[in-house]
Amino acid sequence: MDRLDARVPRISPHRPFRDSLATFAALSWSGFQRYITYRQATIAGSFTNIVFGFLRCYVLLAVAAGAVGGRPAGYDAAQLITFVWVGQGLLTVVALWGWTELADRIRSGDVTADLLRPVHPVISYLAPDLGRALHALLFRFVPPVVVGLIFFDPYLPGRWFTVPLFALSVLLAVVGSMGVRFLVNATAYWLHDARGPITLWTLSAGLLAGLYFPLRFLPDWLAVTLWVATPFPGFLQTPLDVLIERDPTGVQVGLVVLQACWAAALLALCALVQRRAERRLVAHGG
Amino acid sequence: MLTVAELRAYAALLGGHWRSMMSYRASFVVEMITNVGATALDLVAVLVIFRTTRTLAGFTLAEAVLMVSLSSCAFNLADFVVGNIDHLKTYVRTGMLDAVLVRPLGTLAQLVLMDLPLRKAMRLVLAAGVLVVALRLNDIDWTPARAVLVLVVPFAGAVFFGSIFVLSASLAFWWVDSGELGNAFTYGGRDFTAYPIPVYAGWFRAVFAYGLGFGFVSYQPALALLGRADPLGLPGWTGFVSPLVALAAAGIAALVWRFGIRHYRSTGS
Repeated sequence: MDRLDARVPRISPHRPFRDSLATFAALSWSGFQRYITYRQATIAGSFTNIVFGFLRCYVLLAVAAGAVGGRPAGYDAAQLITFVWVGQGLLTVVALWGWTELADRIRSGDVTADLLRPVHPVISYLAPDLGRALHALLFRFVPPVVVGLIFFDPYLPGRWFTVPLFALSVLLAVVGSMGVRFLVNATAYWLHDARGPITLWTLSAGLLAGLYFPLRFLPDWLAVTLWVATPFPGFLQTPLDVLIERDPTGVQVGLVVLQACWAAALLALCALVQRRAERRLVAHGG
Repeated sequence: MLTVAELRAYAALLGGHWRSMMSYRASFVVEMITNVGATALDLVAVLVIFRTTRTLAGFTLAEAVLMVSLSSCAFNLADFVVGNIDHLKTYVRTGMLDAVLVRPLGTLAQLVLMDLPLRKAMRLVLAAGVLVVALRLNDIDWTPARAVLVLVVPFAGAVFFGSIFVLSASLAFWWVDSGELGNAFTYGGRDFTAYPIPVYAGWFRAVFAYGLGFGFVSYQPALALLGRADPLGLPGWTGFVSPLVALAAAGIAALVWRFGIRHYRSTGS
């Protein structure tokens, strides 16, 4: 017992990579398990996604019927159907809405416990979030997509690499969205109440990610600016455009590369903000 | 009827809520600005959609703006007054509803005042402004009946949406984990009424427009204001029945709410 100190015992001291991978996987699995307990909320949420799927699908089909040549902004009706229904499925996977966990922990002071853990705080939120996304992919993504397939005639991708590229794009969307949600929640370090920034995020995420209408309906200069200067299109519009093969191969791959750059930049920014916040942290209560 | 003491108690609830919000001023200001943006959003969506098409299911941009503004006035008024009833499921789960029930005040009124979203007040001004613009954009042949209609419809719609809010919140009495289910009818209803009904099709249109009554919030009244025949074949007077539909919805909501409160057995502990 003479060598005992405050250091945390390492899982496998000679294999640092395996060590951190095991931690990451365990954290992700905990995120997955947590959401699997909310079974009724999953059913209720899927029902709502499906109702909105019908709403948006009919509106976009009416747009296609009224547009010149039946192709608004270069989409045909089948592509718009896929856009809406897969979009409704992805909505929960990329979690555009309602994540206030970090803000709540900052407000209550619980966040100090996160700093004691031997895992970087950004990683300790990213890993469970990937588990959450996996749960959503299995239980929230599938129902709207199946309903779309039953009631409408959606576009199915033709290029062999589209589906793997879409999968990568979804992963990047989850990471990017986690990054922004972390940043928005982290404003609570400075404001103590992050409700305002969270509402702002909810609103801008839906609008600028392409939930309310495909971003290509906007003037070209505005759409390009959004894509390059903000991470938002990467959360929904990019994966969907990749899946429905809106663009030639080069652009299709380029959009995912752009998405990857944004995801990396956001994670770096999270780490920076976390470092600043730790210096600033005032634990409320005792 | 309300006594002075009761009124004072309600005022104290509202005042407490106001002070708690004002203690996080920066957050409050951001939220207020965002809320104005949220109202503009419905309109922005319609404007963007009309960039790609000249008519939507046979309706022009001006006609569509009239419908979205009627819907937005009604929804925002309802959301402002009773929208926070949405939190009922949290109150039921945490047991906070018990604290509300033991006070000698109306349950619904307390829940509304405890969290009256003053940050949403700006929305109402914007929604009314858009309606005025929409009325000027369209070439409306004003008659006394139409003038009364345009004043009544936003309030009738608000009563209707308010009933939907109360109904979907009441679900929490029986099903605590109903989660986002209510949103399908509250926010879903708002999105449904933002567009002309012929946009939708099949059983989905039948259920939402006529079964649940959302067709009478903005679409049928807008047709009556514009003097247009309904492409779906409903007679012209259906534009004027929206107050009746709203009253029926309010009656059902009141019954379900009362039944729910009686049915409520605390979460224990």
